[in-house]
Amino acid sequence: MSAVDQVRVPQEPKFAGTIVKSVFFTPAGAIAVTVILLFAVIAIFAPWIAPHDPRAQSFLSVNAQPSSTYWLGTDQFGRDVLSRLIYGSRNSLIIGFLSPVFAALIGGTLGVLAGYFGGIIDRVVTRIIDMLMAFPELLLAILIAAALGGGFWNVVIVLTVAFTPGFARVARATTLSVKEEPYVEAAIAAGVRTPMIIVRHIVPNISAPIVVLLTLWTASAIRLEATLSFLGIGTQPPAASWGNIIREGLSNMFATSWPILTAGLAITIVVMAISIIGDTMRDALDPEIN
Amino acid sequence: MARYIFVRLLDSIPTIFLVFTLVFIALRILPGDPAIAVLGDYARPESIARFREQFGLNDPLWLQFLKFLKDMVTLNFGNSFTKGVPVMDLIKYNLPYTIELTIVAMLIGIAGGIPLGVWAAINRNKAPDVGFRTFSLIGYAIPDFYLGALLLIIFALNLGLFPITGAGSGFAERMHHIVLPATTLALLKIAFIGRLARTSLLEVLGKDFVRTARAKGAREPRVIYRHGLRNALMPLSTGLGLSVLSTLSGSVAVELVFNRPGLGRLLIDAISERDYPVIQAGIIIFASIVVVVNLLMEVVYALIDPRIRVK
Repeated sequence: MSAVDQVRVPQEPKFAGTIVKSVFFTPAGAIAVTVILLFAVIAIFAPWIAPHDPRAQSFLSVNAQPSSTYWLGTDQFGRDVLSRLIYGSRNSLIIGFLSPVFAALIGGTLGVLAGYFGGIIDRVVTRIIDMLMAFPELLLAILIAAALGGGFWNVVIVLTVAFTPGFARVARATTLSVKEEPYVEAAIAAGVRTPMIIVRHIVPNISAPIVVLLTLWTASAIRLEATLSFLGIGTQPPAASWGNIIREGLSNMFATSWPILTAGLAITIVVMAISIIGDTMRDALDPEIN
Repeated sequence: MARYIFVRLLDSIPTIFLVFTLVFIALRILPGDPAIAVLGDYARPESIARFREQFGLNDPLWLQFLKFLKDMVTLNFGNSFTKGVPVMDLIKYNLPYTIELTIVAMLIGIAGGIPLGVWAAINRNKAPDVGFRTFSLIGYAIPDFYLGALLLIIFALNLGLFPITGAGSGFAERMHHIVLPATTLALLKIAFIGRLARTSLLEVLGKDFVRTARAKGAREPRVIYRHGLRNALMPLSTGLGLSVLSTLSGSVAVELVFNRPGLGRLLIDAISERDYPVIQAGIIIFASIVVVVNLLMEVVYALIDPRIRVK
């Protein structure tokens, strides 16, 4: 056995196990995961679950109160509220999940490159991040939405841009600290090529905070999509989203308040469940906070 | 201190410039011809040409950009496409309502949030703490416009205690109109500020100097307020600054729910009517407020924590 074999290789921490354990084995985390899975099933199987066509208007039963035919009543166009909620979950959840993932990929890449290479790339990226981060996400989203208009992919673009700077900032900061870790220095000393170091050593070790952020911001994205749709610059009718159901409900609140009450409840429950999962993961990774 | 403020002021110029550039790019280079947006899809070519000439849309982009910068800096926002009145008049009318709403909501939020957060921290893991944490969890999840709609349905529509739309005139009437919108935003502020006060205080109370204070026999209230809360002020003031901005952006949806005049309403209505001069001005004004609030925050930090001034 040569001397080299006996040198202790610096160990990289393992995050995945901690995260999974925290989410599935705490009561709050388990309940939250169940709720999210339930909503995911509803969104995926919407055509089989929804009792009516969400766009079918029936002028014979406008503003109906809840009944055995229309469980949550109908809106001002005689459309079934429950079916619109079920189909609305598709837009709200898919946009809410997609946009932060895109933002994490783009922002994460920018942040890692800025943090790892430093220099002029770092200065430019940091400056732009600082400027964009100074603005509340909603204002940034309104600016882009004003130019692009509503609709599914435009909302995805708007939310992606709104969340990218945050991911870039966190990815940059964690890359800076991971870069100093012994296992990265060991890899550099061993002559591992830069792309390999980034992919094998940096990315896995910054992924834990990024995943936590991704979870927490999925909650923000779902709320932001709802807000944009409520403001009339997000998902456009006749396509349903929880936000525009409330928008249409508000103009019809003298007749029925069921659309507002139920759509808002759906947003609140989903956002709360995702926040609980995110908080649980964060506490597990960083026990000092709380 | 004056030097510090001056440097910060200089530092915010690139931000303002970037905002102007973003707004310009967003509204001009992205798809969607303002001439067609205003005159309609079936406008005659002559009228489109006249419109483009009138608003300088035929000039090269760099010239348009310089003219745009000059107009924005001199607050020359032009006339509204749809209302025909100067944009500045619309802003002068609407801005006070938004400021009024933001201030009232922040005051209630601070007055409610800090005591609740301290109360929760002192009773950590007991009933008040668990209750407050549940409240703040809901406060984080519930969208502002939904909470607003709930309050509107319960207290205005069903109980008839408050007006359903508008902002009222005269002090008493204005205060009556502002109760529900301000409460909507304030409840969310209480959740946020309270949670922040709780964590900041708990963090400070775990420090060595607090243990020392207790060890030398200081009474509990003195430990909490003199040693604890004072040192928790710094992280708390950062949160308060962020809170002002989130209240401001929350006011957009709340103004829509309660059908109140305000900058957010103005902007959203302009977007749906494709009233470009108003959209442009609205975003610039919002962005300028954000920059100013950030600047004020930095000054406040420097006042609270002298170490920052030296850096």
